[in-house]
Formats: sequence, C-alpha cells, structure tokens
Amino acid sequence: MMNFPGSGILKGMVVTARNMIGSYFDRAHAKRLITEQYPEERPTLPEASRSFPFLVFDGQDPEAGMRCVACKICEKECPPQCIFIEQDRDANGKLLRRPKIFDIDISVCMGCQICVESCPFESIRMDNIYEMSSCDRFGSLVIHKGQLLKSNEYYRSINPTEAAETDARIEAARIKKAAAAKVAAEKVAAARAAAAAKAAAEQAAQPPSEPEQPAP
Amino acid sequence: MSFQPHTFSFNESDGAGASTLDVSLGPQHPSTHGVFRMNVRMDGETIVKLQPVFGYLHRNHEKLAESHSWLGTMPYTDRLDYICPITNNWAYAVAVEKLAGIEVPERAEYIRVIVGELTRLQNHTAFLGFILGDMGAWGSALMYAFREREKILDLFEWLTGARMMVNYMRFGGVRCDLPVGWLEKARAYVETYPAFLDEMEQLLTGNEILLARLQGVGVLSGERAINGGLSGPVLRASGIDYDIRKVDGYGVYPRLNFRIPRGTKGDCFDRFMLRILEARESIKILRQAFAQIPEGPTLNPAVKQRGFKPPVGEAYGRIEGPKGELGFHLISEGGEKPYRIHIRPPSLINLTLLEEMCLGTKLADVMVILGSIDIVLGEVDR
Amino acid sequence: MTALTPQFVLSRINAVLPEARVELLDNPSPCGQHSLLVHREDALRVAEFLKNDPELLLDFASNVSGVDYPDHLEAVYHLFSIANKQGPIVLRTRTGDRDKDVTVPSLTPVWKSADFQEREAFDLFGIRFEGHPDLRRLLMWDEFVDHPMRKDYVAPDDYEYEPTPHGEILNKAAASHA
Repeated sequence: MMNFPGSGILKGMVVTARNMIGSYFDRAHAKRLITEQYPEERPTLPEASRSFPFLVFDGQDPEAGMRCVACKICEKECPPQCIFIEQDRDANGKLLRRPKIFDIDISVCMGCQICVESCPFESIRMDNIYEMSSCDRFGSLVIHKGQLLKSNEYYRSINPTEAAETDARIEAARIKKAAAAKVAAEKVAAARAAAAAKAAAEQAAQPPSEPEQPAP
Repeated sequence: MSFQPHTFSFNESDGAGASTLDVSLGPQHPSTHGVFRMNVRMDGETIVKLQPVFGYLHRNHEKLAESHSWLGTMPYTDRLDYICPITNNWAYAVAVEKLAGIEVPERAEYIRVIVGELTRLQNHTAFLGFILGDMGAWGSALMYAFREREKILDLFEWLTGARMMVNYMRFGGVRCDLPVGWLEKARAYVETYPAFLDEMEQLLTGNEILLARLQGVGVLSGERAINGGLSGPVLRASGIDYDIRKVDGYGVYPRLNFRIPRGTKGDCFDRFMLRILEARESIKILRQAFAQIPEGPTLNPAVKQRGFKPPVGEAYGRIEGPKGELGFHLISEGGEKPYRIHIRPPSLINLTLLEEMCLGTKLADVMVILGSIDIVLGEVDR
Repeated sequence: MTALTPQFVLSRINAVLPEARVELLDNPSPCGQHSLLVHREDALRVAEFLKNDPELLLDFASNVSGVDYPDHLEAVYHLFSIANKQGPIVLRTRTGDRDKDVTVPSLTPVWKSADFQEREAFDLFGIRFEGHPDLRRLLMWDEFVDHPMRKDYVAPDDYEYEPTPHGEILNKAAASHA
C-alpha cells in the first residue's frame, strides 16, 4: 500500500465519498441516508415510548369511568412536583373518591414515570404524544383533567402489552374481590341462619310464658 | 489571583517588552462541550495562564436530592452526564445498594452490564464525533457518529421508553425486563458495530492533519494523573492500568473476559485511540453477556422502591463510567429522604490538570486537549 | 499484602505518628466503610504519611465532600491506592463550629485532586481550607454571599410567576410580586 504524504487524507475521503454517493442509492433509512422528512413522515415509536402522563377511564363516559380516586400518592411522589390534585366533595361537603381538579404542568413534568409506578389504582399511565407545543408560555402548558382523561381503548392502541397486563391485573383483583365478597356473604347468611336456628331452639325450650300482668 | 477579562484586553508590558492578551473562551463556544468558560492569558498564541470557570449549568442536584425521596433522585441522576444517563443511574443504584446491603439478582446484573456497555459504546461514538468537531471538521465525522448512536438510542427507547432520560435502574435491579425480541435486535446491532469502527478508523486514524493535531499535544505523565485524581480513559492513556471494572469487580464483570487498553505517551492521540480500543473491548463484553444472560427476576422483591428507607450510615459507591470514575457519597439518617448526597463527577476532576496540560501550547491545542478529556457540563456543574 | 482496612491504617498511623490524634468512627451501614477522624492540626502530616508510606500508598484522593452537621462542618475524603488497587479509606476533618471557627487545613498540597472539590466545599458550605492555593468560589459567582448547601439556607423568594397552582408557591409568588 502506497504511503505518500496525504494518503491518509485520501483514504478518509474514500469513506466520505462512499457515504455521500451511497446516500443516493441506499434510500433505506438504516443505511446511509437516515433523514426522515418530518412532518410528512412520522417516526414509528416503539410501544414503551413515553412522553407525558394521562388518566385512564373505562367504558364510554370519562367522568363516570375514571379510575382515579384522588389518593394523591402520585402528587406526593412526583419529583418535580408537577401534579396538582383537589379532591371532590358532594353536596353536603363529604369527600368523594374522585378528583375535582387534576392538573399536570407539562413544562415541569420530566416524563420520569414515577407517578405511573406509584399509582395503586392503575389509573395514570404514560402517553406518547410529543406534539404539544403551544403559543402561550404558561396557560396551555398546564393540562387539566378533561384533556388528561383518555379511554382504555386508546391505551390499548398505544401500548398493547402494558394495557393487557393492566387489564389482567384489574380483572384478577375484581375476581378476588368478588370471591371474597361471596365468601363474606355466605358467612353472613350462615351466621343469620345459625342465629335464627338458635332463637327457634330457645323458643321451643322456654318454660310456659309467665302470666300476663294485669293491665293497669 | 483571579483575573477578570471581559471580552479581551491587552495587558501592560510584562517586563520583557511583550504584552499578553487576556481572552475569555466561552461560555458560549461551540467547542467547549457546554457552557464552560476558560480565562486564558496568551503571549502571542501561546498560553501563559488558564483558569477554568464553572457554574453556568449549576442546578444543585445535591440540594434537590435532600428534598426528594431516594427513588425521586433517580430521574435527576439521568441529567448529570446527559450523554450517558444509564451509567449515572447505575452508579447511584450501586451506592444505595452498598449503603443498604441489597443484593441484585443475576439477570438484572447482566442486563445492567448490557445496557451499561451499550452506553459506553454510544459515548465513545459521540466522542469521536465531538473531537472532530472541536478540531474544526464540523459535520462529517459528527454526523456519521450520531447516525450510529441513534441505533443504540432506539434500542434504549424500545427497552425503557425514553431515548436518553431513561430512569431505568432501581435499588436491587432494573425497572423492567427486556421485551421480546430485544436481545436478538441488540445482538444483531452489535455485530454491525465493528464495521462502523473500521470505517471511522479508515476515515480518521490515518489522516495526517489529525495526527499532526493530536500527537504530542497535551502530554500528561502517569504520576501527575494519579495525583490530580484523573480517572477513566484519560488516566489509562497516561499509562496507568486502573479500571474500576477490574479493580472493584462490581456486578458480573469478574465473570467477563476483557482487556484494558493502556496508552504509552499520555498525549491526545493516546486518549483518542484508547477510546476506540475500549469500544472494541466493550463489544467483546457485550457478546459474552448476550451468551451468558440467565432467566430470572429483574428486581429484588424484598426491596420497597417507594418509601425506601435505608439504614443509618454512609457509603461511597462508584462505577467505571464512560468518562471516568463516577461515584456517589451517600449519608443516610434512616429516613425517607437522604441527609446528604454528594456526586463525584469525573468530568470536573479530570479538569483539575487542564491548566498544567495547556501551558505552553497554542490556543488551538487548548480545544483539542479539552476535547480529548471528554467532559460534559451537566456533570461538571451538577 | 495486608488488606487495607481502616483498622490497619489506624495501626500504621499509631505506629509511625503516635502523637497524631486519629479516631476510628463506626459506620453502621452494611458496607463497612468506617472513617478515620483526624484532628485538624495533624491532618496535613497524616495525609502526607498516608500518601507516602510504602505499606499504604494511598495516592489517589477520589472524592472530597463537605457535610453540614448541626454543630460543625466536616470535610470527608475518600482515598484509594492505585498502586495497590485497594480502597476506599475514609478520612474526615472537622471544623470547630459552623460560623466562627470554620478552618481546616487543605490537603491539596498532598493530593492535587482535592483542588476543585475543596473549592466547592468552601463555596457551598463555607469551610475555609487553609493552605489552599486558590480558595475562590467554584460553582456560584464570586459576589455571592451565602452558602447554599447548608441546611439553614433560605432560598430567595423572587419566584417567577408559575401557573402550577400549588397553593404555597402561588401565595409566595403573589406576595413577591405584590
């Protein structure tokens, strides 16, 4: 191999030329030309891809099917403190197990997913939308409960594996709860039957009733 | 002893009839790897005095950590050395596991090694791009390096959900298991990587301009490197055989077979070539890890992540990050929040001898020396 | 090669520098990294001994942390031996109190790696290192007055308006802009 002054540079230029000319022929994005013409071509994101949280609801009605019970664990665990929750009250002022206000400040949220890990009710999950820019520096970057609530079908469409796991866990919990309720109901019925039987036995074993008191 | 040039100023004649020029290099500068400032005093083009100025990216992670739970600091460690978030997570997890005496299951250790070595690969790939950018070859090598690095980041996104700020390690394991098909894809990718390194070597290593700019520049002897607290590739390029993966033997590294490359002259070219050689060794490690990874749990079930309360005490845990020794010094009072977390940043300590290395060199060499140390400002300033 | 434990190091120090006041502090954590608390006036001599003694050769000062305790401040040094591939040995120096008597000797003449880290401990905690070649603030700007990492540091109140309706932050911001 010749080793004249400048041969190293020429060898390098072969690489550059190969890349440049290859970018005209290797249109497959894995090879030489990897530019994606956004927004005409959008990247296919992997399933687990996460950007900001959203709230899951079951069924058709967001407010009625919402899984969140306003336990405030995600608000406490969030490292940058971007979640703000206010619990709902009914007409008498009694606390209900649902949030009245659920705000996430996405200019603060870092997408760390700790809220998802800490939620005991499977109600907050990570979305993968990234086109959330706004023209307003403050207001539109705080997203409220209405924008956060998305259906379980949507969750299944963006992350089928995790949605399936969550559904399985919820189903298992429901079955367990139903079985426990059934056992409890049987116990109550058995106790009632036993009490009734005991009362009947006591009635039968009672001595003749005492003479009635004369009415005053 | 500090001098404050504002833009530039000519000093009065320093006795020998010549006057020196004070220049502030940075904080906005394309070659300083972030917001980093150096006050230099030059006699012509030769550096007579150099003072690095830090603090432009100071976000005080250490104070923030005192107001979060132990788990809540994990996403913040991603943002320290933002080129290699996974190894930052790993260092923090190792330190907490040392503090609390937590065991990690085997599969989790292998997963940690796999993603850690992939992080090392992408860091050294990015380094190749950055140092060429620092020298003025802005664009070509950088884009080839980043094109390669994207493939690794895609693997991370598939595994953890985020390309960079992964928040993946947990105390006693990793957050989630490898998805179906991930290992095969990673294995296939690692087989294509040596071809990329060969191409980069053909592009760069024979290049006469690069050799002239890197060889003989910024020479650092081994004893000065040890005394200055340098670690990582910079220390090894000065001839010292010290790699924490071999010395401490954390994780499953004792079972894996790999060599430690060592430099001979301690100049910038040694640091450059050493990282290429380290990348090749990482490929060897990855192939062995892919072959040896067992089935099993990925998280120690005895450890509560939320509401985690380590025992009272303190610990210092460290790993061999791609930039050097990344350590966490933790002090716990037994509560849910740490009493004190101190981060030992390799990039900051590697800058201790910057002035020594740069005295007597030309201004253009300062950029090359700084580039060869491979700093990230997120880590320097925390 | 004797394993480099804090007890072994203490025995070497007691053998060669018997007048140095060094105490072994127990660390209840499972990692067993017990520390050696050295009196401020003896710290420099002990440090030189630790670096040069042929049986110890603790030539690498990896980490220097400042710590804020209720009645004093501490500088914690983590030392390793690259020559013998052992470590860590934890060395601590303590100040007298938190406001007037805050000087400890600088170990930068022994280990140059302590240079920037001692400057950071000075900047963030207020520990003055005597004998440091260039003790200036590192991370905060030079005219800054307080020491941010201390537990009693009060952050300034001038919050920018944030719409995140956390009651406390919103009230503080409203008060600052009132």
